[in-house]
Parts: sequence; C-alpha cells; structure tokens
Amino acid sequence: MQDQTAAGPIIEIKGVNKWFGDYHALRDINLTVARQERIVICGPSGSGKSTLIRTINRLEEHQEGSIIVDGVELTHDLKNIDAVRREVGMVFQSFNLFPHLTVLQNCTLAPIWVRRLPKAEAEATAMEYLERVRIPEQANKYPGQLSGGQQQRVAIARSLCMRPNVMLFDEPTSALDPEMIKEVLEVMVDLAESGMTMLVVTHEMGFASQVADRVIFMDAGQIVESNTPDEFFNRPQSDRTRLFLSQVISQ
Amino acid sequence: MTETVFHRSKADLLPERPPPPGTAGAVGWVRENLFSSWTNSALTILSLYLLWLVVPGVFGWAFLDAGFAGTDRTACEGAGACWAWVDQRIGQFLYGFYPREQTWRVDLALLLLVPAAAPILFDKLPFGRKALWFSLAYPFLAVLILLGGFGLEEVPTDKFGGFMLNITIGLAGIIVSLPFGILLALGRRSQMPVLRLICIGFIEAFRGIPLVTFMFTAALLLPLFLPSHFNWDLVLRVIVVVTFYAAAYIAEVIRGGLQAIPRGQYEAAQALGLGYWQSMRLVILPQALKISIPGIVNTFIALFKDTTLVIVIGLFDILNIGNQMVANPDWLGLGLETYVFISVFFFVICFSMSRYSMHLERRLDTTRR
Ligand SMILES: Nc1ncnc2c1ncn2[C@@H]1O[C@H](COP(=O)(O)OP(=O)(O)OP(=O)(O)O)[C@@H](O)[C@H]1O
Ligand SMILES: [Mg+2]
Repeated sequence: MQDQTAAGPIIEIKGVNKWFGDYHALRDINLTVARQERIVICGPSGSGKSTLIRTINRLEEHQEGSIIVDGVELTHDLKNIDAVRREVGMVFQSFNLFPHLTVLQNCTLAPIWVRRLPKAEAEATAMEYLERVRIPEQANKYPGQLSGGQQQRVAIARSLCMRPNVMLFDEPTSALDPEMIKEVLEVMVDLAESGMTMLVVTHEMGFASQVADRVIFMDAGQIVESNTPDEFFNRPQSDRTRLFLSQVISQ
Repeated sequence: MTETVFHRSKADLLPERPPPPGTAGAVGWVRENLFSSWTNSALTILSLYLLWLVVPGVFGWAFLDAGFAGTDRTACEGAGACWAWVDQRIGQFLYGFYPREQTWRVDLALLLLVPAAAPILFDKLPFGRKALWFSLAYPFLAVLILLGGFGLEEVPTDKFGGFMLNITIGLAGIIVSLPFGILLALGRRSQMPVLRLICIGFIEAFRGIPLVTFMFTAALLLPLFLPSHFNWDLVLRVIVVVTFYAAAYIAEVIRGGLQAIPRGQYEAAQALGLGYWQSMRLVILPQALKISIPGIVNTFIALFKDTTLVIVIGLFDILNIGNQMVANPDWLGLGLETYVFISVFFFVICFSMSRYSMHLERRLDTTRR
C-alpha cells in the first residue's frame, strides 16, 4: 500500500468546486502536489486561499470534484477523514493552542489519544520537536505565558508531533510582530529543508523565493497562475498577478 | 580612557528607604481600604454603627440570654432564645423517621462522602486517579447503606426525613444533573435537527414551568400514568424531577460556556485528528466548564435550597419537621429559634459550595502563576 502510493503525488485535487451558500468560493481547482514539494499560495483577501487549504484536511467540505491525499479520497466516510487528518498537520494564523494545557501537554495530546502512543514516548517526541523549534525550556508553561512567536512555534511543534507527511500553513506569521515573524520563518525554512511537503498561504515573498518550488496565485476562487518563484516574481503571466505583486511590494 | 563614566559606585546609588509611615502594614491597609475618601470613611463609620446595633443584640439573644436545658417551653424563662428543645429533637431534625438504632448508617454514608468527594474536588491527593474508582462506586454504596438489604435491615424511603432527606435529594441531584446538563448542552448545539429539537424542548419545558408544579405532578399524576406494578418510589420521583430541573439550567449555563470557546479550538482539535467526543472531553469542555463554574455552582446552590419544596407533597424534610415542631404545644412560640437553627444548616453547606467554586476558579486559572 505504502509502496504503491509513495511514488505518486501526495495530494491530487481535481475539478474541485465549493460554495458557501450561494457564494462560489472555489472554482474548478486543479492542483497536484508532489512529495516534498513546497508550495506558496498567495492572492488578495477573500480569494479562497484559506478555503482551499482547509478543504485538504476537511475543515471545509467541497461539493464537487475529488481530493486525494496519499491515496485516500476525502468523502463523507469518517474513516477516510480521520486517516487524512492524521497525515496532514495544520498551523493557523491565530495559533489555536489549547490554553488549559501546558506546552508539553499541547504537544502530547493528539499523539496519546489519536496515535495511542504511550505517554513517555509521546513526551520524548514532543521534547525533540520543541527543541527543533528552539523552545524546549518553555515545555511546562501555559500558552498564555508565551509571546506570539513562541506560541506559533509551539503550534508547529504540536503538529509535527503527529509525524505528518504534509504540513498546511494558513498565514502563520500575519498575527505576529516583525521581530517574531523572523523566528517563525526560520523554523519553517528548517522544516522545508528537512524535506517536509508544505503548502503555505503567506504574503512573505522573501520566504516564497527562498524555499518555494512553486508559487500559486489565486483570485476570485481560481488558481490564476502557478509557476516557479523566479518566473512568478520576474515574469508574471497575467495582469492580475502583476497588479497584486505591485501592491504587495509597494507595501 | 577612563572607565568610571558609566560605572556608579555603591555610594552613588540612592539608599533603600522604608515606605513612609502609615502606608504599609495594618495602619496602611486601614487607611487605603476603609478611609481612602470622604464617602469611604462615612460608609465605614455607618457600617461599624450598624454592626454595633445588631451584633451584640443577636449574640445576646442566641447565647448569653439563651436557655439551653429543660424538657418543655417553661424551662426557658430568660429574654433570649430557647434551645432546650434541640437536645430532644435533634435526631428528628437530622434523620427524620429513620430508625433510631440504624442512624449510624446515615452517619456512615455521610462520612464515606469525604473520601469519595475529595479526589474530585481537590488536586494532588494521595492515591491519585485510583481514588476516583471509589468516587464512582460511592453513589451505589450510599444507596445500599441507606436502603439496606443484603443483611442490613431494610429502611424504606418513606422513613427518610430531616436534613438527611435534603442531603439525599440534593446530592443525588447534583451528581446526576451535571453530566446530564452537559449532554443536553451538547445536544442543543448538535448538527442533528431531531436531537437538537428534543434537547431544546426538554430544556425549555423544565425552565418554563415552576418546580413546585413538577413536584405535584411527580407525586400525584405520575402514578396514574406509570404501570401500577412499576411502583416508583416517591423520593426517587422527586430526585428525578429535581435533577431534570437543575439539568435544564446547567445545560444553558454550559451552552454559554461553549459559545465562548473560539472556533479555532474546535478546528485545531479536528486538524490534529481528534474525534468529536475526544475534542469535547479533552479540549472544549475543560475550557467551557471552567468558564461556567460560577453558573453551575449557582444552580447547585439553588437546587440544594429547593429540596425544601418537598414540603408541598408532604415529605418531612428538615423544614417540614421544623414546622411540626413550631406547631407543637410543648414548644409553642419557638418559630424564630427553629428557623434560625435550620438556616444555619443550609447556610453552612451553600456557603461552602460558594467558597469552593472560588477556590476552583483560582486553581484552574492558567494565565497567572
Ligand atoms: N464559513 C464561511 N461562510 C461563508 N462564506 C465564507 C466562509 N468562509 C469563507 N467565506 C468566503 O469565502 C471567500 C474566500 O474566503 P477565504 O477565507 O478562503 O479567503 P482568503 O483568500 O483566505 O482571504 P484572507 O487573505 O482574507 O484570509 C471569502 O469571500 C469569504 O467571505
Ligand atoms: Mg485566509
């Protein structure tokens, strides 16, 4: 099973459409993500970036088309949804750490209850990842006692503790002060270099040109352009992209 | 280059001084809190005056001028309260008509409540989580001890009475209404329309109709509907009614708590692969319940006091026994003493619950410490 799928793409999105009520939020999305590929998704506000990556772990349900993650298709079958969620980690703009649990407990909760790891093993793994995001000394604090940058790094560690094959990031640095953006991006660059498959919604164009294999530009629920960072920034194909880039850069 | 420019010697530092007189210690506290402004001073003096009016009088009535011994009304001649009846009647006030030679069972059940409740109420106790097994077994054990059977003399519930009846109904109500209220709150927010409708109907019915009405229904009407061989105990029926009533309120309190949890918490739990019940138990409810503590304890306190409403269906709880006593010719005219005596019991328990809830809120506060 693992061997058959290991060669193919890790995510295949075909002809996906999604509506919120009458509002057509995703329009005919086709996207194939190779293993270890790093994709940056950008686009104006309301263009459907969040909606797109949230359909990949079924935080949003799509109405048409198919999404296959590592050989498992996302349908109404709860078993499939659980399987995909175990495989896919997600980092949110607002961190969403569990405030009633310590940093360490945040990181061990899902491994213990979802992957059924023994507590000691889960804690060892958690400490390993907390070291990778450079905050092992905060393990016994509560999220409310940490800075925003520290919280986001804990959130990354928490996702990694489930040993996912894919990581989704939804504007991980937009809620942070400039000094903290850097410390989070550093962790994400490390992660990219370690070979993680990543889909990152971000407007950090420096990060995009440094680590992305591909940059995707979305507008009005569609993928308008998909290219290497070099092509994307230097020779954008569409007017929409050019306009967007000029706005982002002038900021 | 000299290196003294930025370097201050110890002598340059301002010496440490004690705070000015009258700002620290007891005197400081009094100034700051009782006499900080003109209005504050006036309120303080007024309060002291009222205390001076009330306290010595009450204290004199209850203790100094009170009579404590005797066998009937004539024993107390003083101007103060008459407590002579307490010795004679305390058994009835506490145990109702529970057989006198068996009341040790009531005491035992109450005593066992301490180790049963402790691991739930307090952190960091010996035996850790294993002690919770006893807590889980306690309700069954208590029922067995109180009702008898298995070699113990059987005591039917119509012998239950006095404060023991209030505690039985109140405790059973508290134990069952919390989990039941949680389920109702979750049901009310469910995606399943039928389940949601049932929960809303249940909650609104029990919130919209007075408890006394349900008591009458339980006592008079239910027997007509229930199959006759299915002889439900009256006390059990009252417990069910009180529990449902409290659960409806608790459900609404907890729904408020659930609404305060940001959507991101649900999403983070889902994204980590936690299922519905796991996310609820491990992520959502611990946070929602924490916010709901004041409301939940409020409901528990109201429930406990409402156990006195069984008077309307002729059960002899501590208040009804007090009423009998007030009407008794031997002890005529002791209304005030009787009701003060009864009030103390309720106040001690309700006040403890209130203090405990404040302790719990402080313990669960993860933003300080
Ligand atoms: N739960 C929802 N119900 C209704 N409409 C929604 C919902 N979520 C998103 N939308 C709409 O779908 C569109 C796409 O939203 P989405 O959040 O994916 O945009 P985005 O590209 O992530 O924007 P931003 O940069 O502001 O985060 C928006 O117009 C938004 O108003
Ligand atoms: Mg978004």
